[in-house]
Amino acid sequence: MNNIRKNRWKDQAFKVWGIACTLLGLVLLVIFIGSVIVDGLQRIDWDFITSLPSRKAERAGIFTALMGSVWVLVLTTIIALPVGIAAAIYLEEYAKKNRLSSLLEVNISNLAGVPSIIYGLLGLEIFVRIMQMGASVLAGSFTLALLILPIVIVSTREAIKAVPKSVRDASFALGASKWQTVSRQLLPASFGGILTGIILALSRAVGETAPLIVIGALTYVPFAPSSPMDEFSVLPIQIFNWISRPQHGFEVNAAAAIIVLLSITFLMNGIAVYFRNKWQKKLK
Amino acid sequence: MRRIKEMVIEKALLSSALITIAVTVGIILVLSIEAIAFFSEVSIIDFFTDTQWTPLFADKHFGILPLLSGTLLTSFIAIAFAVPVGLSISIYISEYAPKSFRRTVKPALELLAAVPTVVYGFFALTVVTPFLQSFIPGLSGFNALSAGLVMGIMIIPFISSLSEDALHAVPHSLREAAYGMGSTKLQNAFKVMVPAASSGIIVSIILAISRAIGETMIVAIAAGQQPRLTLDPTVPVETITAYIVQVSLGDVQHGSLEYRTIFAAGITLFVFTFLLNTISYRIRKRFQEKYE
Repeated sequence: MNNIRKNRWKDQAFKVWGIACTLLGLVLLVIFIGSVIVDGLQRIDWDFITSLPSRKAERAGIFTALMGSVWVLVLTTIIALPVGIAAAIYLEEYAKKNRLSSLLEVNISNLAGVPSIIYGLLGLEIFVRIMQMGASVLAGSFTLALLILPIVIVSTREAIKAVPKSVRDASFALGASKWQTVSRQLLPASFGGILTGIILALSRAVGETAPLIVIGALTYVPFAPSSPMDEFSVLPIQIFNWISRPQHGFEVNAAAAIIVLLSITFLMNGIAVYFRNKWQKKLK
Repeated sequence: MRRIKEMVIEKALLSSALITIAVTVGIILVLSIEAIAFFSEVSIIDFFTDTQWTPLFADKHFGILPLLSGTLLTSFIAIAFAVPVGLSISIYISEYAPKSFRRTVKPALELLAAVPTVVYGFFALTVVTPFLQSFIPGLSGFNALSAGLVMGIMIIPFISSLSEDALHAVPHSLREAAYGMGSTKLQNAFKVMVPAASSGIIVSIILAISRAIGETMIVAIAAGQQPRLTLDPTVPVETITAYIVQVSLGDVQHGSLEYRTIFAAGITLFVFTFLLNTISYRIRKRFQEKYE
């Protein structure tokens, strides 16, 4: 009898511990966002977003970094999207079960685990030095495109895999070729899922700092980039730069810029979840 | 005509897939070429045995050990914090929590993983370090402890989410059998579910370690930039990744020895994470076969 009671007690104790652990992460998230808002919200106004960087904390703005982030995001999408989707289609619909396809699988799973800073070293040598792009928006975008490629491929494969086999069978039965089946049936049917994966991958790219620092993106740029070959900075690098300065005014700036960055990432995640839910309903 | 078109398309898709192989080959080539050039100037024995890392000073030493100890120390703190918490979350969510709780809490936890790491670095430096300083008086402004703890917070969702998937994949019959024999939820969780899902849980832990070793911005911001061979979590240290950032921020001449140090450091990092990722991939493959 005593034993049973002891086990029940242990069971309840673990339940409380489990709830505490689950809430710990969420509470920390709330504390953190709260402290950033307290620090930074007073600093956010239209001027902060449209001002150029400055040595004086109260005059400095995030305009050049924000524009840099937008440039990088657009170019990264243009580069990573076609390659990632094409590779996923190949692996999911075309590849036979042979050594090449299993090599591709292992390789993609490994690439997904390579630290982002290593991609920075790759970009520094290949794009910045050998292809002579310099520390330009284009070099940064290529680097980030390679970084998110595995994520795009994996999520696109999941989306294509989720399309029922009957759709493929019906299409082939009507005499469609493989590519016709892919382009007219599978891609439209998996569009929502692919979109979700891509937005999540891009939200990761927006927050990346280390690889861009390694390829030589600047911590101070006087002007927003106007072409892909221009030098640039991005929002996370601007935040990093402000954090590493001793004056308190820059800490406030960093908090304000973090609010902007977090709004962008959370918004992208929200959009992704919305598309996922909508698509999953449609698929059912 | 149609067959040619189909063939061209297939080849184009294949070449896109092959780009991923080119990326891996590129990484290995770039790292090894620069690292070989580095080791032609610095003896590999010094690299692994010298206890000082001072490539940017006049008196140059190239011992990777201080950077390695910094990396392992911060990663160890992160893992020691994240594994118990993350596993408890996964067990609680899969065995105890009502379904509606799972549906709301899982996306909320995933939000933790979506926060950019530079933001976590700010958190460590401006919130966690001052908080810890209030009861650890000797704590330096930059230290391994607060960087490691915040890195742990960042890693919690990886462990909880992957382990929860593994627990979820265990056949329901095992759970029913355990309850049928009168076990409590706790006994069922630790004596039946966790052993059955052990490979998935191990994979989640290995991936978390690999993630912690490669993490850059948190340690670059909050752990300091002073390479030293120590296991003391209260003093500034420098990790491999933080060193690469430090050099990249400065003005280092391409082709110089200082420039090559970041590739030598990079290849050390790459080898570690590559091994961890390969091990986890192997386990995952075997695990999939077991249940299919």
